[in-house]
Amino acid sequence: MNVEHLDLTIIWAGIIGFAVFAYVVMDGFDLGIGILFPNLSVGGERDQAMNSIAPVWDGNETWLVLGGGGLFAAFPLAYAIILPATYPLIIAMLLGLVFRGVAFEFRWRDPRHRPFWDVAFSFGSVLAAFSQGITLGAILQGVRVEADAYAGGWLDWLSAFSLLTGAAVVIGYALLGAAWLVWKTEGPGQERARRLAFWLGGATLLALFAVSAATPFLTYDYWRRWFAMPGVLLTAQVPLLVAICAATFFWSLKRGAERLPFIMALGLFFLGFVGLGISIYPYVVPRAVTIWDAAAPPQSQLFMLAGAAVIIPIILGYTAWAYWVFRGKVGTHGYH
Amino acid sequence: MLVIENLDPVILARAQFAFTVSFHFIFPAFSIGTASYLMVLEGLWLKTGSGVYANLYRYWLKIFAVAFGMGVVSGVVMSYQFGTNWSVFSAKAGPVIGPLMAYEVLTAFFLEAGFLGVMLFGINKVGRGPHFFATCMVAVGTLISATWIISVNSWMQTPAGYAINAKGQFVPAGSWLPIIFNASFPYRLVHTVIGAYLTTAMVVGAVGAWHLLRDRANPGARKMFSMAMWMAALVAPIQILAGDQHGLNTLEHQPTKVLAMEGHYEASPEGASLILFGLPSNKDAVVHGKIEIPYLGSLILKHDPKAPLPGLNDFPRDRWPPTPIVFWSFRIMVAMGLAMLGLGLWSLLARWRGKLYDWRWLHRAALALGPSGFVAVIAGWVTTEVGRQPFTVYGLLRTAESHSPLAAPAVAASLVAFILVYFGAFGAGTYYLLRMMAKPPAAGEPEPSKVPQRAAGITPASGVVASTGREA
Ligand code: HDD
Ligand code: HEM
Ligand code: HEM
Repeated sequence: MNVEHLDLTIIWAGIIGFAVFAYVVMDGFDLGIGILFPNLSVGGERDQAMNSIAPVWDGNETWLVLGGGGLFAAFPLAYAIILPATYPLIIAMLLGLVFRGVAFEFRWRDPRHRPFWDVAFSFGSVLAAFSQGITLGAILQGVRVEADAYAGGWLDWLSAFSLLTGAAVVIGYALLGAAWLVWKTEGPGQERARRLAFWLGGATLLALFAVSAATPFLTYDYWRRWFAMPGVLLTAQVPLLVAICAATFFWSLKRGAERLPFIMALGLFFLGFVGLGISIYPYVVPRAVTIWDAAAPPQSQLFMLAGAAVIIPIILGYTAWAYWVFRGKVGTHGYH
Repeated sequence: MLVIENLDPVILARAQFAFTVSFHFIFPAFSIGTASYLMVLEGLWLKTGSGVYANLYRYWLKIFAVAFGMGVVSGVVMSYQFGTNWSVFSAKAGPVIGPLMAYEVLTAFFLEAGFLGVMLFGINKVGRGPHFFATCMVAVGTLISATWIISVNSWMQTPAGYAINAKGQFVPAGSWLPIIFNASFPYRLVHTVIGAYLTTAMVVGAVGAWHLLRDRANPGARKMFSMAMWMAALVAPIQILAGDQHGLNTLEHQPTKVLAMEGHYEASPEGASLILFGLPSNKDAVVHGKIEIPYLGSLILKHDPKAPLPGLNDFPRDRWPPTPIVFWSFRIMVAMGLAMLGLGLWSLLARWRGKLYDWRWLHRAALALGPSGFVAVIAGWVTTEVGRQPFTVYGLLRTAESHSPLAAPAVAASLVAFILVYFGAFGAGTYYLLRMMAKPPAAGEPEPSKVPQRAAGITPASGVVASTGREA
C-alpha cells in the first residue's frame, strides 16, 4: 500500500464524514419539524412549518444518498458489512422517509385527508430519526465480522445503548427543527417554537451527556481514546466547547435572537460529531474494519475524487443559491 | 414463524429487489419525459407568450411535482437495497460500479434537487430567465441520472474494462472509458430514454384525449393531444428501430437472453423461424403449442432469412435464464410498441384529413393506450434483468453467490412492509395524479412573472384550485 493510497483513503473518509454531517444537520431540521408536528396547532402553524422546508427537503435528503453511495463506492466492504448488520433499521428508516416524503405533496392535494397525511409525516419523521439513531449506536457498539462479512444475527443491533442513541437523535433533531422554526417563522408559531427550543435544548444536553458517558464504557479502546494522556488534553476541549455552545444557545434564545440559536444548535451537533470521530477513527466498522481495510482500490477513489473536488463546491454553490432564494420569513402564506 | 424460517431468503431478497426497483422505475419513466416536456412548454411560452403553453406548463407542473416526489423516495430506497440485499455483489462490484453511482449522485441528483425547489415554488421570486434555467437543470438532471445508472446496469450485462484483485473484487483495469461505455450501454441508454419519452407522450395523449372527448374546443386539450400524437408518430418507429438494434447487440453479447426471448431451444442451422406465441418450458427444453413464421426470426436477428442461429441447447443448462418470463415479457413490450406505432400512424391520417380533434375512436384508442408506456418499460426491464439470470454480473458472478447473509424473517417482514407501504402510499399518489388529470387544463393562466404564489404546497394557488374542482 503506497502513500498515495493512504492519503486518498483519508480524504474519502473526510468527504463521507462531511456528507453524513451535512445530511444530519440539514435533514435533521426537516425531520425535526416532522417530530414536532403534533405540537404545532392545526392550520397556520403547521402550514407555515411545512412551507419553510418544502423547497429544500429534497436537496437535504440527497446528502443521505451521497453518504450511502459514497460509502458503497469508496468503502465497498464497509457498505457490505454495515447494511446487512443493521438491515431492519435501514428498511425502517427508508419506509419512514417514504411516508414523510410523500406527505409534502399529498397533504395539499387532499385537504379532506390532511390530518392523515400529517400523522404520516410525523410518524415517518420519528421512525426515520429513531432508526438512524439506533444505527449509530449499533455501529458504535460494534458488529460481528468474519471473513470480511457480517456474521451476526438480524437483531444484534438491539441493546440499551443503541436505544439510548436512538432517543438522543430524535431529541437532537427536534431541537434543530425548533431552532429552525424560530428563525424562519413569526408570530405565535415562533413563540411556541422558542419555548420548545428551550426545553429541547436541555433535553439534548442531557442526551449528549448520557451518550458520552456511556460510550467510553463500551470498550476499553474508547475509554483510552478519551481519558489517557496526552490525548485527554485534546479531547477535553470538546466538552468545554459544548458548554460554551450551550450557554450561548440559551442566552441567545432568552434574548429573542432568531438566527443564533439555530447556529448554536448546529454547533452542538458539530461537536457531537467530532466526538464520534474521535471515538471511531480509524475504523469504519469499529474494532473490526479500518478505513484502509474497507477502501476501494486507488483507481476507484482517484476517479471519484477528480469529480468530487470540482462538483461538490458547485453543489454547495447552487444549494446556497436555492436557500437564498427562499430566505427570510416564510409567513402563513408562503415565502415573501 | 416456522413457515417463514423455511422460505429461501435468497428468493425473498430477489422478490424484494425486483419489487422495489420495478416500482421505482415507474416514476422516472414518467418524470424523465415530463421534465423535458415541461422544458419545451416553458420555452415555447417564453418565446411565443402564448397563454396555452402557460396553462399547460402549470397544469403538468403540479402533476410532475407529485410523480417526482414518489420517484425520489422510492429511489432513496434503491440506493440502500444493494447493500441490504446484495452485499456480496456490492463488496465485489463496488469498486467498479460504485464510482459511477457516486457520479450519478454528484452530477444528477443534486442538480435535480437543488433546482427543483426553485422550479416548483420560485417563479415569482427569481424572474423568468432564471426560472426557465431551473426547469432546464431539472430536465437535464433526469437525463444525466439515466445515463449513469444505465451505464451501471449495462456494465452488469456486458462487463468490460475490469480486472479481479486478490480479494476477488472487480477493479478497474486501467481506463474508465471501457467501463462506462461498455458494449450494451449506448443501445440501452437510447432505448430507455426514448421509452421514457414515449411513456410521457402516451400519458399526455390520453389526458388530452379524455378532455377532447368531453369538450372538443378546449385549447389546452387540443394542444397537448396534438403534441403527444406527434411524439407517437415520430418516436414510436424510432423506438422500434432502436429496439431492433439493441436486440442485435444483445445477440452478440448475451446470446442466451435473446434465445430465451425468441424461445429457441433447438439450433436452426438453416435459418430460424419467428415464434409468435407458445408456452416455453425449460424443463422439457421445448416450446409447447407454438405458432411460428418460418425464416422471419433469422431475418430479424441476422437480417438474412437463411442465416443459422444457435439454440439454448448449445449452452449449458446452468446458464439458461427462466425462459417463460423472458419470452412473455418481451412479447408484451413489442405488442405495446406496435400499438403505439399504430396510434401514431392513425393520428397522422387524422391530421392529414383535418380530423385530429374529431375522430372519437382515435381519442378512445389514445385513452386506452395511456398506461401502455409503463407496461412496456416494465416489461422491457423484466426482459433485460431476468434475461441476465442466473448472473448478476453476466457470465462472471452468479446471483446465487451475490446475496447478503440474510435471515428469512427479516427479509420476509421487510418485503411485506414494502408491499403494504408502496401500494398504500403510491396508490394514494396515483389516485391524486389521476384526479388532477381528470380536471381540464384551466384557461387564462397568467404570465410566469406574475403567477400568484400560494406557497402552501408545491404548486401555486391556481393549480391547487383547479385540482380541487373549481377553476381559477
Ligand atoms: C416505451 C417503451 C418501450 C417500447 C415501446 C419498446 N421497448 Fe424495448 N425496452 C424498453 C422500452 C421499450 C426499456 C424499458 O427501455 C428496456 C429495458 C432495458 C433497456 O435497455 O430498455 C427495453 C429492453 C429491450 C430489449 C432487451 C435488451 C437487453 O436486455 O439486452 C430488447 C431486445 C428490446 N427492448 C427490443 C424492443 C423492440 C423490438 C420493440 C418494439 C417493437 C421494443 N423494444 C419496444
Ligand atoms: C439500471 C439500474 C439497475 C440495476 C443496477 C439493477 C440491478 C439489479 C440487480 C443487482 C439485481 C439482482 C439480481 C436478481 O435479483 O436476480 C436485479 C434484478 C432484477 N431487476 Fe434490476 N437493476 C436495475 C434496473 C431495473 C429496473 C428499472 C427494473 C424494472 C423495472 C429492474 C427489474 C429487475 C427484476 C425484475 C429483477 C429480478 C430478476 C430475477 O431475480 O430473476 N431492474 N437488478
Ligand atoms: C437500482 C437502480 C437505481 C438506483 C439505486 C436509483 C437511485 C435513485 C435515487 C436515490 C433517487 C432519488 C434522487 C433524489 O434524491 O433526488 C432516484 C431518482 C431517480 N432515478 Fe433512480 N435509481 C435506480 C434506477 C433508475 C433507473 C433505471 C433510472 C432511469 C433509467 C432512474 C432514473 C431516475 C430519475 C430520473 C430520478 C429522479 C426522480 C424521478 O424522476 O422520479 N433510476 N433514483
